[in-house]
Amino acid sequence: MRGLIKLFVMQFKLYLREPVAFFFSLAYPTLLLLLFGFIYGNTPAPAFWGRDFGTVDASVPAYAGIIIGTVALMGIPIDTAANRENGVLRRYRATPLRPAVYLVASVAMYLVVALLGMAILVVTGKLVFGLRIAGSWLDVLAAFVLCALAFYSVGYLVASLAPTARLAQVVGMVVFFPMMFLSGAGLPLQLLPESLRRVSDFLPLTYVVRLLQGLWFGDAWSKLWLPVLVLVGILAVGAIASARLFRWE
Amino acid sequence: MQSQDVIEVEGLRKRYGPVAAVDGISFRVHAGEIFGMVGPNGSGKTTSIECIEGLRQKDEGAVRVLGLDPLRDACMLRERTGIQLQSSSLPNRMRVEEALDLFASFYRQADDWRPLLEDLGLSDKRRAFFNQLSGGQKQRLFVALALINRPEIVFLDELTTGLDPQARHATWDLIRHIRERGTTVFLTTHFMEEAERLCDRVAILDLGRILALDTPTNLVDQLGMATRITFQLNGHNRLFLDRESKGLPWNVFNPSLIGVLDGVRRVEQEGDGVVVYGQGDGLVVGVIKSLEAADIPFNNFRTEQANLEDVFLALTGRAIRN
Repeated sequence: MRGLIKLFVMQFKLYLREPVAFFFSLAYPTLLLLLFGFIYGNTPAPAFWGRDFGTVDASVPAYAGIIIGTVALMGIPIDTAANRENGVLRRYRATPLRPAVYLVASVAMYLVVALLGMAILVVTGKLVFGLRIAGSWLDVLAAFVLCALAFYSVGYLVASLAPTARLAQVVGMVVFFPMMFLSGAGLPLQLLPESLRRVSDFLPLTYVVRLLQGLWFGDAWSKLWLPVLVLVGILAVGAIASARLFRWE
Repeated sequence: MQSQDVIEVEGLRKRYGPVAAVDGISFRVHAGEIFGMVGPNGSGKTTSIECIEGLRQKDEGAVRVLGLDPLRDACMLRERTGIQLQSSSLPNRMRVEEALDLFASFYRQADDWRPLLEDLGLSDKRRAFFNQLSGGQKQRLFVALALINRPEIVFLDELTTGLDPQARHATWDLIRHIRERGTTVFLTTHFMEEAERLCDRVAILDLGRILALDTPTNLVDQLGMATRITFQLNGHNRLFLDRESKGLPWNVFNPSLIGVLDGVRRVEQEGDGVVVYGQGDGLVVGVIKSLEAADIPFNNFRTEQANLEDVFLALTGRAIRN
């Protein structure tokens, strides 16, 4: 237990010492929000959103998808594969530390990183644009954790399958960047042509955005059964697969 | 001497595809000794040590470490052993003191790491990031991590590779110091000199097999040519000048003159250069006396002691560096 906590704290410190990772997961979505918030403002636009919310109100839950996606598909695969490649994981393996403890500490650390990124986003939205939410914070938080864990399990799967850190980075980027723009996370789906919008149904990140935006706008969980089902499915398959395939070296 | 075996290896085999990296080795390591496995790169040292540490699955054979199975009882064994790996690393932005504090927390019982830092000369590097350390400092940090649980056995794989001679000598002192604390040391190296100066017993490994296992002194003695004498004939020494000034001819050297002496194993002559292999206390005096008695002028007389490099050469027919 002492090892778990120390490892968690250490991993978190190491994360904060990497300026690029720090920027992408913590600062980038907030900068996007500021940029588009100043361009479009946050006046309610029912014609566009179908409800009484403005661009910033809708963007915050969508950008949560960017935060989860960058941590899961860029941060986790690259860090894990690099640590394996340069022998950091070997060094841990030569101690009594169990793989499960290492994974729990890492997942917890990435979860805190994502929550921190989300907190900065929400606080900025509130202070600068008077962010509105119709649903419950607790529901959004629970959904955020579910989405993050589901995507992290995929991130560890990529890390386990990629033979090198460089390849993990390429795979992560190839999977993440198109998904960011086609899932409604980076920009509203309403801006896309019909044909591209159909692609979004096949992208996991789309369900993150639908779930978080739905709860944000005040929908009941029962109305969001499809995204919940998809994400729980991803979590189950990803967790089992990455636990089986995880390797120290 | 009554000593207990802390490592028992019997018929250990490990193959990668068709190649047998370790081809049926057996040996025991006694408690409290510095045991060395030497051999050229690719001789199977690292595969052997990793099978014994429980970091690698063996194909055949029996391995017991402290009476435990290295794979099945891995967790229990890790608590009682320390491992320094040939290739491993720490995150670049981890500080020295953070690494020690973190790794100490992985063990049920861990030493206070501050004196360890002092012993290893890393006190002034406490706050340094891992990637700010020199090669030698990184190695010392890894040694500290391997010692943090006060292990009964410490495994050191190619510890001094890549270190400059000064750092290497400092590391040897450190290893002797570890042994004095009562820890058994199992190390691998491809430096014969290191094995000779440091190890109580040495296993010479080549192509996955143990060619010889004994104390360095015994290994060299078994060669039967612990001493090598070289000299030059027809040197313009005092004897030569004496005879020349008197108009006397000098005698011709015949290798059998020396070959018959006690303890001489072999005499080689190439032009004016002569090499004598042999052993025994009277060897050097005997050679000089018979040269003088036969009025053979010589100079550049040198003696060298054979070492493990010569042992390896004699066992394999090739030098270890190639």
